[in-house]
Amino acid sequence: MINLKYFFKGILVVKGIDSPAFALGASLIALGALFKDLGFSIHQSFFSTFFTYALPGQVVMAESIIVGASLLNIFIAVWLVNVRLYPMTVSLMPLLMHEKQPRWKYYLFSHFIAVSSWTIMKSNYEKIEKENRIDFWLGIGVATWSIAIISTLIGYSISEHLNKEMMIGLAIVNPVYFTCIMIGAMKTFQITSSIILGAILGPAFYFISPEWCILYGGLIAGTLGYFVGEKK
Amino acid sequence: MTSSIFLVILITSLATYVSRFFGVVSSERIEETSKVFRWFNCLAYSTLAALIARMIVFPVGELNETTYLIRFIVILLAILIYYFTKKNVVYPTVFSAMILFFLNSYFV
Repeated sequence: MINLKYFFKGILVVKGIDSPAFALGASLIALGALFKDLGFSIHQSFFSTFFTYALPGQVVMAESIIVGASLLNIFIAVWLVNVRLYPMTVSLMPLLMHEKQPRWKYYLFSHFIAVSSWTIMKSNYEKIEKENRIDFWLGIGVATWSIAIISTLIGYSISEHLNKEMMIGLAIVNPVYFTCIMIGAMKTFQITSSIILGAILGPAFYFISPEWCILYGGLIAGTLGYFVGEKK
Repeated sequence: MTSSIFLVILITSLATYVSRFFGVVSSERIEETSKVFRWFNCLAYSTLAALIARMIVFPVGELNETTYLIRFIVILLAILIYYFTKKNVVYPTVFSAMILFFLNSYFV
Protein backbone atom coordinates (compact mmCIF):
# COMPACT_ATOMS: atom_id res chain seq x y z
CA MET A 1 0.00 0.00 0.00
CA ILE A 2 2.81 2.35 0.89
CA ASN A 3 6.15 1.89 -0.77
CA LEU A 4 8.48 1.98 2.22
CA LYS A 5 11.56 2.60 0.12
CA TYR A 6 10.20 5.99 -0.94
CA PHE A 7 8.71 6.67 2.47
CA PHE A 8 12.14 6.35 4.12
CA LYS A 9 13.74 8.27 1.31
CA GLY A 10 11.34 11.10 2.18
CA ILE A 11 12.19 10.90 5.86
CA LEU A 12 15.92 11.10 5.10
CA VAL A 13 15.53 14.21 2.91
CA VAL A 14 14.54 16.17 6.01
CA LYS A 15 17.90 15.80 7.73
CA GLY A 16 21.03 17.55 6.49
CA ILE A 17 22.83 20.85 6.91
CA ASP A 18 20.05 22.84 5.30
CA SER A 19 17.35 21.14 7.31
CA PRO A 20 14.25 23.04 8.41
CA ALA A 21 14.30 20.98 11.61
CA PHE A 22 15.88 23.74 13.68
CA ALA A 23 13.50 26.50 12.58
CA LEU A 24 10.50 24.25 12.88
CA GLY A 25 11.66 22.95 16.26
CA ALA A 26 12.44 26.37 17.72
CA SER A 27 9.10 27.84 16.60
CA LEU A 28 7.13 24.98 18.10
CA ILE A 29 9.13 25.02 21.34
CA ALA A 30 7.90 28.60 21.70
CA LEU A 31 4.35 27.44 20.98
CA GLY A 32 4.57 24.62 23.55
CA ALA A 33 5.74 27.12 26.17
CA LEU A 34 2.90 29.48 25.23
CA PHE A 35 0.38 26.64 25.67
CA LYS A 36 1.76 25.94 29.14
CA ASP A 37 1.37 29.61 30.07
CA LEU A 38 -2.22 29.53 28.80
CA GLY A 39 -3.03 26.65 31.11
CA PHE A 40 -3.25 23.91 28.47
CA SER A 41 -2.54 20.36 29.61
CA ILE A 42 0.29 18.46 27.93
CA HIS A 43 -2.31 16.31 26.13
CA GLN A 44 -4.08 19.37 24.74
CA SER A 45 -0.76 20.78 23.51
CA PHE A 46 0.04 17.45 21.88
CA PHE A 47 -3.37 17.24 20.18
CA SER A 48 -3.15 20.80 18.91
CA THR A 49 0.03 20.17 16.91
CA PHE A 50 -1.07 16.63 16.04
CA PHE A 51 -4.38 17.72 14.49
CA THR A 52 -3.78 21.30 13.37
CA TYR A 53 -0.09 21.30 12.43
CA ALA A 54 -0.02 24.89 11.18
CA LEU A 55 1.81 27.26 13.50
CA PRO A 56 0.21 30.63 12.58
CA GLY A 57 -3.25 29.13 13.07
CA GLN A 58 -2.27 27.69 16.43
CA VAL A 59 -0.95 31.09 17.54
CA VAL A 60 -4.25 32.68 16.47
CA MET A 61 -6.09 30.03 18.46
CA ALA A 62 -4.00 30.86 21.55
CA GLU A 63 -4.65 34.59 21.12
CA SER A 64 -8.38 33.95 20.65
CA ILE A 65 -8.53 32.00 23.90
CA ILE A 66 -6.87 34.91 25.73
CA VAL A 67 -9.46 37.39 24.46
CA GLY A 68 -12.29 34.85 24.89
CA ALA A 69 -13.46 34.81 21.25
CA SER A 70 -16.49 32.71 20.22
CA LEU A 71 -16.02 29.38 18.42
CA LEU A 72 -17.32 30.84 15.16
CA ASN A 73 -14.89 33.75 15.39
CA ILE A 74 -12.05 31.34 16.12
CA PHE A 75 -13.00 29.26 13.10
CA ILE A 76 -13.02 32.30 10.80
CA ALA A 77 -9.81 33.79 12.22
CA VAL A 78 -7.92 30.49 11.91
CA TRP A 79 -9.30 29.79 8.43
CA LEU A 80 -8.19 33.25 7.26
CA VAL A 81 -4.68 32.97 8.67
CA ASN A 82 -4.25 29.45 7.27
CA VAL A 83 -5.90 30.09 3.90
CA ARG A 84 -2.46 29.91 2.25
CA LEU A 85 -2.77 26.13 2.62
CA TYR A 86 -5.38 26.09 -0.17
CA PRO A 87 -3.14 27.47 -2.95
CA MET A 88 -0.19 25.59 -1.44
CA THR A 89 -2.10 22.31 -1.77
CA VAL A 90 -3.28 23.11 -5.31
CA SER A 91 0.27 23.95 -6.35
CA LEU A 92 1.63 20.70 -4.92
CA MET A 93 -0.89 17.88 -5.29
CA PRO A 94 -1.12 17.85 -9.12
CA LEU A 95 2.61 17.06 -9.08
CA LEU A 96 1.95 14.03 -6.87
CA MET A 97 -1.20 12.61 -8.42
CA HIS A 98 -0.99 9.31 -10.26
CA GLU A 99 -3.81 7.05 -11.44
CA LYS A 100 -2.27 3.96 -9.80
CA GLN A 101 -2.49 5.54 -6.35
CA PRO A 102 -5.73 5.51 -4.29
CA ARG A 103 -7.44 8.89 -3.83
CA TRP A 104 -7.66 8.61 -0.02
CA LYS A 105 -3.91 8.93 0.23
CA TYR A 106 -4.07 12.45 -1.18
CA TYR A 107 -6.86 13.51 1.18
CA LEU A 108 -5.23 12.03 4.26
CA PHE A 109 -1.64 13.01 3.52
CA SER A 110 -2.63 16.59 2.66
CA HIS A 111 -2.67 17.04 6.44
CA PHE A 112 1.14 17.27 6.29
CA ILE A 113 1.14 20.34 4.06
CA ALA A 114 2.98 23.12 5.88
CA VAL A 115 5.64 25.59 4.77
CA SER A 116 8.63 23.42 5.69
CA SER A 117 7.38 20.14 4.18
CA TRP A 118 5.95 21.90 1.11
CA THR A 119 9.26 23.65 0.41
CA ILE A 120 11.24 20.42 0.76
CA MET A 121 8.84 18.59 -1.58
CA LYS A 122 8.86 21.40 -4.14
CA SER A 123 12.63 21.22 -4.42
CA ASN A 124 12.87 17.42 -4.47
CA TYR A 125 9.89 16.02 -6.37
CA GLU A 126 11.59 15.91 -9.76
CA LYS A 127 14.04 13.27 -8.52
CA ILE A 128 11.17 10.83 -7.87
CA GLU A 129 8.98 9.13 -10.51
CA LYS A 130 5.43 10.45 -10.37
CA GLU A 131 3.94 7.15 -9.24
CA ASN A 132 6.02 7.11 -6.04
CA ARG A 133 5.84 10.79 -5.14
CA ILE A 134 2.93 10.46 -2.72
CA ASP A 135 4.83 7.88 -0.61
CA PHE A 136 7.94 10.05 -0.72
CA TRP A 137 5.75 12.95 0.38
CA LEU A 138 4.41 10.90 3.29
CA GLY A 139 8.00 10.42 4.50
CA ILE A 140 8.69 14.17 4.38
CA GLY A 141 5.35 14.89 6.03
CA VAL A 142 5.75 12.41 8.86
CA ALA A 143 9.31 13.58 9.58
CA THR A 144 8.44 17.31 9.77
CA TRP A 145 5.19 16.64 11.62
CA SER A 146 7.02 14.49 14.21
CA ILE A 147 9.60 17.23 14.76
CA ALA A 148 6.73 19.68 15.31
CA ILE A 149 4.94 17.44 17.82
CA ILE A 150 8.09 16.57 19.78
CA SER A 151 9.14 20.26 19.88
CA THR A 152 5.72 21.30 21.20
CA LEU A 153 6.14 18.80 24.04
CA ILE A 154 9.71 19.98 24.73
CA GLY A 155 8.55 23.61 24.83
CA TYR A 156 5.75 22.70 27.18
CA SER A 157 8.16 20.87 29.49
CA ILE A 158 10.86 23.54 29.63
CA SER A 159 8.58 26.60 29.69
CA GLU A 160 9.55 27.63 33.23
CA HIS A 161 13.19 27.85 32.17
CA LEU A 162 12.40 30.26 29.33
CA ASN A 163 12.35 33.94 30.26
CA LYS A 164 10.58 36.71 28.34
CA GLU A 165 13.63 37.62 26.22
CA MET A 166 14.20 34.00 25.23
CA MET A 167 10.56 33.65 24.19
CA ILE A 168 10.85 36.79 22.06
CA GLY A 169 14.05 35.38 20.52
CA LEU A 170 12.22 32.15 19.64
CA ALA A 171 9.25 34.07 18.25
CA ILE A 172 11.35 35.67 15.49
CA VAL A 173 12.59 32.28 14.24
CA ASN A 174 9.45 31.47 12.26
CA PRO A 175 9.19 34.79 10.35
CA VAL A 176 12.94 34.69 9.63
CA TYR A 177 12.71 31.10 8.39
CA PHE A 178 9.71 31.92 6.18
CA THR A 179 11.52 35.00 4.84
CA CYS A 180 14.59 32.94 3.87
CA ILE A 181 12.40 30.30 2.19
CA MET A 182 10.68 33.05 0.18
CA ILE A 183 13.97 34.59 -0.92
CA GLY A 184 15.23 31.15 -1.88
CA ALA A 185 12.08 30.64 -3.98
CA MET A 186 12.62 33.81 -6.02
CA LYS A 187 13.88 31.96 -9.09
CA THR A 188 11.53 33.20 -11.79
CA PHE A 189 10.24 36.70 -12.53
CA GLN A 190 6.67 35.52 -11.96
CA ILE A 191 7.30 34.08 -8.49
CA THR A 192 9.53 36.99 -7.48
CA SER A 193 6.83 39.53 -8.39
CA SER A 194 4.18 37.49 -6.57
CA ILE A 195 6.31 37.38 -3.42
CA ILE A 196 7.28 41.06 -3.43
CA LEU A 197 3.71 42.19 -4.15
CA GLY A 198 2.38 39.87 -1.46
CA ALA A 199 4.83 41.26 1.10
CA ILE A 200 3.63 44.81 0.27
CA LEU A 201 -0.10 44.20 -0.14
CA GLY A 202 -0.49 41.89 2.89
CA PRO A 203 0.41 44.58 5.46
CA ALA A 204 -1.22 47.31 3.30
CA PHE A 205 -4.61 45.57 3.46
CA TYR A 206 -4.20 45.29 7.22
CA PHE A 207 -5.45 48.88 7.39
CA ILE A 208 -8.67 47.82 5.68
CA SER A 209 -9.12 44.53 7.55
CA PRO A 210 -6.60 42.92 9.91
CA GLU A 211 -8.33 39.54 9.50
CA TRP A 212 -8.86 39.49 5.75
CA CYS A 213 -5.57 41.16 4.76
CA ILE A 214 -3.73 37.89 4.01
CA LEU A 215 -6.50 36.59 1.76
CA TYR A 216 -7.10 39.88 -0.10
CA GLY A 217 -3.43 40.85 -0.27
CA GLY A 218 -2.36 37.36 -1.35
CA LEU A 219 -5.08 36.99 -3.98
CA ILE A 220 -4.43 40.34 -5.63
CA ALA A 221 -0.63 40.04 -5.39
CA GLY A 222 -0.56 36.50 -6.77
CA THR A 223 -2.91 37.35 -9.64
CA LEU A 224 -0.93 40.47 -10.55
CA GLY A 225 2.32 38.51 -10.28
CA TYR A 226 0.91 35.79 -12.51
CA PHE A 227 -0.13 38.21 -15.28
CA VAL A 228 3.08 40.22 -15.08
CA GLY A 229 5.04 36.98 -15.38
CA GLU A 230 2.96 35.61 -18.27
CA LYS A 231 3.36 38.86 -20.23
CA LYS A 232 7.12 38.89 -19.89
CA MET B 1 -12.60 24.85 30.65
CA THR B 2 -10.83 21.56 29.90
CA SER B 3 -13.48 20.33 27.51
CA SER B 4 -13.82 23.72 25.86
CA ILE B 5 -10.08 23.80 25.10
CA PHE B 6 -10.48 20.47 23.31
CA LEU B 7 -13.39 21.94 21.37
CA VAL B 8 -11.29 24.97 20.40
CA ILE B 9 -8.47 22.66 19.27
CA LEU B 10 -10.97 20.71 17.16
CA ILE B 11 -12.41 23.87 15.59
CA THR B 12 -8.89 25.15 14.86
CA SER B 13 -7.91 21.85 13.23
CA LEU B 14 -11.09 21.83 11.15
CA ALA B 15 -10.60 25.44 10.03
CA THR B 16 -7.07 24.49 8.96
CA TYR B 17 -7.92 21.19 7.27
CA VAL B 18 -10.70 22.66 5.07
CA SER B 19 -8.06 24.52 3.04
CA ARG B 20 -6.00 21.35 2.61
CA PHE B 21 -9.10 19.27 1.79
CA PHE B 22 -10.49 21.64 -0.85
CA GLY B 23 -6.97 22.01 -2.18
CA VAL B 24 -6.96 18.27 -2.99
CA VAL B 25 -10.50 18.49 -4.45
CA SER B 26 -9.37 21.26 -6.81
CA SER B 27 -6.12 19.44 -7.62
CA GLU B 28 -8.07 16.52 -9.09
CA ARG B 29 -9.02 18.70 -12.04
CA ILE B 30 -5.80 20.68 -12.47
CA GLU B 31 -3.00 19.64 -14.81
CA GLU B 32 0.51 20.46 -13.67
CA THR B 33 1.28 21.99 -17.04
CA SER B 34 -1.80 24.26 -17.07
CA LYS B 35 -2.02 28.01 -16.62
CA VAL B 36 -4.32 27.53 -13.64
CA PHE B 37 -1.57 25.54 -11.93
CA ARG B 38 0.92 28.36 -12.52
CA TRP B 39 -1.59 30.89 -11.18
CA PHE B 40 -2.06 28.85 -8.00
CA ASN B 41 1.68 28.58 -7.62
CA CYS B 42 1.83 32.40 -7.67
CA LEU B 43 -1.03 32.57 -5.16
CA ALA B 44 0.74 30.15 -2.82
CA TYR B 45 3.85 32.31 -2.73
CA SER B 46 2.01 35.65 -2.57
CA THR B 47 -0.26 34.48 0.26
CA LEU B 48 2.73 33.18 2.18
CA ALA B 49 4.58 36.45 1.61
CA ALA B 50 1.51 38.38 2.80
CA LEU B 51 1.37 36.26 5.94
CA ILE B 52 5.08 36.68 6.71
CA ALA B 53 5.01 40.42 6.12
CA ARG B 54 2.01 40.72 8.42
CA MET B 55 3.78 38.64 11.08
CA ILE B 56 6.73 41.01 10.96
CA VAL B 57 4.94 44.36 10.59
CA PHE B 58 1.89 43.62 12.77
CA PRO B 59 2.96 40.75 15.02
CA VAL B 60 0.79 38.95 17.55
CA GLY B 61 2.09 37.48 20.79
CA GLU B 62 5.62 37.94 22.12
CA LEU B 63 6.99 39.77 19.09
CA ASN B 64 4.52 42.56 19.75
CA GLU B 65 6.82 43.67 22.56
CA THR B 66 9.69 44.50 20.21
CA THR B 67 9.96 47.72 18.21
CA TYR B 68 9.58 48.01 14.43
CA LEU B 69 13.20 49.11 14.14
CA ILE B 70 14.57 46.10 16.01
CA ARG B 71 12.47 43.64 13.99
CA PHE B 72 13.53 45.34 10.77
CA ILE B 73 17.23 45.16 11.73
CA VAL B 74 16.97 41.49 12.69
CA ILE B 75 15.23 40.52 9.43
CA LEU B 76 17.76 42.48 7.39
CA LEU B 77 20.70 40.83 9.19
CA ALA B 78 19.07 37.42 8.74
CA ILE B 79 18.76 38.00 4.98
CA LEU B 80 22.45 39.00 4.83
CA ILE B 81 23.48 35.90 6.80
CA TYR B 82 21.32 33.81 4.45
CA TYR B 83 23.25 35.12 1.45
CA PHE B 84 26.67 34.86 3.12
CA THR B 85 26.06 31.23 4.09
CA LYS B 86 25.08 30.30 0.53
CA LYS B 87 21.36 30.16 1.28
CA ASN B 88 21.47 28.01 4.38
CA VAL B 89 18.35 28.46 6.53
CA VAL B 90 19.81 27.19 9.79
CA TYR B 91 22.35 30.00 10.41
CA PRO B 92 20.00 32.96 9.85
CA THR B 93 17.35 31.44 12.12
CA VAL B 94 19.82 30.64 14.93
CA PHE B 95 21.51 34.03 14.72
CA SER B 96 18.30 36.02 14.41
CA ALA B 97 17.02 34.52 17.67
CA MET B 98 20.31 35.43 19.35
CA ILE B 99 20.46 38.92 17.84
CA LEU B 100 16.89 39.69 18.89
CA PHE B 101 17.52 38.31 22.37
CA PHE B 102 20.60 40.56 22.66
CA LEU B 103 19.04 43.72 21.17
CA ASN B 104 15.89 43.36 23.23
CA SER B 105 17.79 42.68 26.46
CA TYR B 106 20.18 45.59 26.19
CA PHE B 107 18.57 48.30 24.10
CA VAL B 108 14.98 48.37 25.26
